[in-house]
Amino acid sequence: MNAQQNTTKKTRYLNPYLGGVLLGLVLLAANVISGRGLGASGAIKSGIVAAVTTVNPSSVESSGFIKEFRESHTGNPMKTWLVFEMLGVLVGGFISGALAGRLKLKVEHIPSITSNKRLILALGGGILFGFGSQLGRGCTSGSALSGMAVLSLGGFITMMAIFGTAFALAYFFRKNWI
Amino acid sequence: MGPFAVNELISENTNLFLAFIIGIAFGFVLESSGFSSSRKLAGVFYGYDMVVLKVFFTGAITAMLGLLFFSLFGWVDLDLVYVNPTYLTSAITGGVIMGAGFIMGGYCPGTSFCGASIGKIDAMVFIIGLFIGVSIFGAGYEWWDNMYLAQFLGTPKISESLGLTDGVFGLILILVALGMFWAADWAEKKFSREEY
Repeated sequence: MNAQQNTTKKTRYLNPYLGGVLLGLVLLAANVISGRGLGASGAIKSGIVAAVTTVNPSSVESSGFIKEFRESHTGNPMKTWLVFEMLGVLVGGFISGALAGRLKLKVEHIPSITSNKRLILALGGGILFGFGSQLGRGCTSGSALSGMAVLSLGGFITMMAIFGTAFALAYFFRKNWI
Repeated sequence: MGPFAVNELISENTNLFLAFIIGIAFGFVLESSGFSSSRKLAGVFYGYDMVVLKVFFTGAITAMLGLLFFSLFGWVDLDLVYVNPTYLTSAITGGVIMGAGFIMGGYCPGTSFCGASIGKIDAMVFIIGLFIGVSIFGAGYEWWDNMYLAQFLGTPKISESLGLTDGVFGLILILVALGMFWAADWAEKKFSREEY
């Protein structure tokens, strides 16, 4: 029964090379249609800028972070390309998960750690990734993947720094994953 | 000729609508490739599941080749396509911090939204972390803006920096990727795990 479970589980995901080609075509479409790559962390930045400027309009002048955002984005901070794209990601992920029967509210972790430990690590990882994505001007999507497609030197450097560091630290976090 | 939005062949609102459609396709491909699972994503760092490496590099190469050919055919003007600027210091330090976040949290921002969309609570908590991390960066911006803006190199292409044409660099990248895919298959056999 286990063997059968394994096969069904494996066949439920796309072949990774087919998935990669499709991902590449989506990224190509973004560049040809909109002249830009994909992204994710920029949408979070938009959300924070929108919230902060709503609560405290004077922050537009006092915060260098918001000033920098405003120099490249006029108008409503939520009416940006990345916000619409990330809303789409939620819809697209949901559709794929629904078709494959993967919709389920759960905390995913290996059996040897508790759900709480997994959630604390997820929170800590998110904080680091959020901070790093601002410093690095984009995350795995916006800086690494999209940067590589347009042969950006910075994109390749960020990609190597992300994956290199994660590999280098993998030993210390192994008990959480294997 | 592309890019359509930059050349004003489509309106700003159409561009935003298409961003939503592109996002749906992005999310669908990520989820159906298994990127909604932190254990599948983390597999690349322990060798038991190399799907991240395979999808990521196939995707980058497909888009890169597409852009090079489209440019050759005159379908897209690469001078009008956004190229990420290179600030050497922050590209490295930002990447290092993101790498630490990746191995700790098991997601990156795009994949966490993907995981959250199918109900992964760990992904939702990761997103809360993202908001906190971006807010910390914004609140303390004056403390690290020197590092953020240091060593600005403009928007160099990696091919130029290495003294290669785009085509030759692309070919080398494909050969490197094929080598990595071969190594990935070896790793998946050596470090395979039954059920996760």
